[in-house]
Amino acid sequence: MGHGLDENSVGLRAGRSCFSTITSFDVSRQRVQTAGQVEIPVSEVRAKIWNRMDRGTQLAYHAAREALEQAGLLTGTIQNLPQIIGTSAAAMPIGEAYYRQSLSTTARRSEQLRRVETYQSQQQLTTMARELKVSGPLRIVSNACASGANAIGQAFHLVRSGKAERVLAGGYDALSQLVFAGFDALQALSPSGIPRPFDAARDGLALGEGAAFVVVESQAAARARSVPILAEILGYGAATDIHHLTQPNPQGDAALLTMRAACEMAGVMPEQIDYLNSHGTGTPLNDIAEGNAIQRWAGNQVSKIKVSSTKSAIGHLLGGAGSVEAVITLLALRDQFLPASLHVREADPVCSFDLIREPRTTSVQRVLTNSFGFGGANATLIFAKEGAA
Amino acid sequence: MKSSIAITGTGAVSPAGWGSPSLLAAMQAGLSLSKSEMVRELDGRKITTPVLRVPADASAAPKFPRLRRTSPISKFAAAAAMEALGQDRRTRSQNGELRIGVIFTLTNGCVNYSNRFFGEVLNDPAVASPILFPETVFNAPSSHLSAMIGSNAPNDTLVGDSTGFFTGIDLAVEWILRGDVDGCLVVAAEEIDWLSAEGLSLYSRNYLPSEGAAAIYLEPGQTDVLLHHLPDPVSLSNQDRAAASLEIRRHLGKLPSDTLLVDGTTGVNRFDRAEQSAWSDWQGLRWSPRQILGEAMGASSALQVVAAIEAIKAGISDHAAIVSTGANQQAAGMRIGR
Repeated sequence: MGHGLDENSVGLRAGRSCFSTITSFDVSRQRVQTAGQVEIPVSEVRAKIWNRMDRGTQLAYHAAREALEQAGLLTGTIQNLPQIIGTSAAAMPIGEAYYRQSLSTTARRSEQLRRVETYQSQQQLTTMARELKVSGPLRIVSNACASGANAIGQAFHLVRSGKAERVLAGGYDALSQLVFAGFDALQALSPSGIPRPFDAARDGLALGEGAAFVVVESQAAARARSVPILAEILGYGAATDIHHLTQPNPQGDAALLTMRAACEMAGVMPEQIDYLNSHGTGTPLNDIAEGNAIQRWAGNQVSKIKVSSTKSAIGHLLGGAGSVEAVITLLALRDQFLPASLHVREADPVCSFDLIREPRTTSVQRVLTNSFGFGGANATLIFAKEGAA
Repeated sequence: MKSSIAITGTGAVSPAGWGSPSLLAAMQAGLSLSKSEMVRELDGRKITTPVLRVPADASAAPKFPRLRRTSPISKFAAAAAMEALGQDRRTRSQNGELRIGVIFTLTNGCVNYSNRFFGEVLNDPAVASPILFPETVFNAPSSHLSAMIGSNAPNDTLVGDSTGFFTGIDLAVEWILRGDVDGCLVVAAEEIDWLSAEGLSLYSRNYLPSEGAAAIYLEPGQTDVLLHHLPDPVSLSNQDRAAASLEIRRHLGKLPSDTLLVDGTTGVNRFDRAEQSAWSDWQGLRWSPRQILGEAMGASSALQVVAAIEAIKAGISDHAAIVSTGANQQAAGMRIGR
């Protein structure tokens, strides 16, 4: 959709969708050939270091830098800033290159060693921290498609408990051939390349790539530094769906648990949520499970719940999805609009809620975002405009 | 720590065998374990990598439907986790009487299936197996553990260098103290295949690639072995490994002279220098599990921790300090004892 908060906000408010033919690896023999792709801007990082960063870390670097700059923390070395970062595919394209080389020759050992080293996400993210001039413990969460949301939720807990004053948190993933082929093999990708979450005839998801980061800081510390506060985090819920490795419980049991837990922590009722950014992948099973969970969570207030899936516009960003969608809800709060579920022709009967099919300008005070992943990792975050809690 | 966190269960799968007792026995014997070789052919030439494997034992892995299709990492993890948990707690969890969280730490993950699946993709993506791919995801082994114990409590997978297990314990303590869970399994596991074994040997031909799993069960309490001190890990983002090792030693505080030091040295001088220098004056009892068990990446620190706990339970020492300086993320350590 673009680089930075503003370009993304403009695109979401215009109802743009961003899928194109994949250029970073060969898709000629895949059933599906498209995804949401990012054109990565140049950076001020030295070329030698930048070129050793994998594509995902490059995305993460840009997003983390923007978050730090916005939080007034790009002013020199920041000591003791824990980083909690979600990723699922990590530096897989480097692993793929290592594999290919291993099958062709045992020569070029130093090149292969560099691949082994830079394949490791902790090496990549430690380099990123060095380039951003931040230091502090690094925690890499890999809960599949909920990773980014879990990272922000864990950061929230660290700050809430007083264990850290502020935390850099987010998530990222770039497209990789192995992961793309994996989703294609599962026949989880929409053959048309156009995902239609919550459409009655939806036929799968589209993959995408991207990153988003936030600085989670105690309100007192942020106020003391006189930095703008984008939103308050009110609640976080995490639970595990043990129904199946890749399929959600059809009734959305774990999703219900996380939404209820986040609301309880936030002290809000479902009808007080002005916008729900759904996990909404566009696969037949996910949308039914999430729709059922929303119905059970909101009860007789369900028709008032405004829901959309922004994966319809940018695709499923896997380890980056939770954090990017969290930041989209922050944009909804900042710019007072609801992004849409695009490409819906006829809404699925499970949509007893208000499915937002066109971007809508409206008052937005409290937002909720859901993220569910392979392995049953479920997470819900609730944000509010400062003072709206 | 202000509130007491007890370690009330351990489990291990390593080249020394299945179960914590075999790990303790190997440490006490201090003998080299028998190596095997991974062999593959490339252009008519044999490529051989010496490794330490977990002894094959079909009856040792727990039986559970989801484990039928998994690669060794999930089987190792399941065996270690169920040993740490014990049948009683597993049953109580399945009955909803005990809320057990799962934290899984690893470096490399499900390399066997990633290798196979990507090979199939390059050959012909149209017939690449949809059964393999889900098991390649980092959190697949961890998901199986929650399913085995019937728990919908939080389950996190953390990726990192070989010190990740300490980060996992830190997160578990956080969950327990906050009341999110009644207890927490912290598990680390790795498997090897030719791809990862050759990758590790690129660092040094003296590395002995290895595999296995280790698990501990943490809960509030004063019984068994207690977690005394777990300082924040020291990041390698702005200092070198030697300085980070030294800083971790400082954070651990003064250790009683009868403390068992369980270090992370591997026997490869170049990589051990940082820890050796930080602990050069240590006169007390010292174990170096990786020098016996090989380098099991994400599982290595976890095996160190379990070895230390078993040593305390066996009366070898009343306290232990476990330290490890990772390759490219952080230095970490902790103190445990009666």
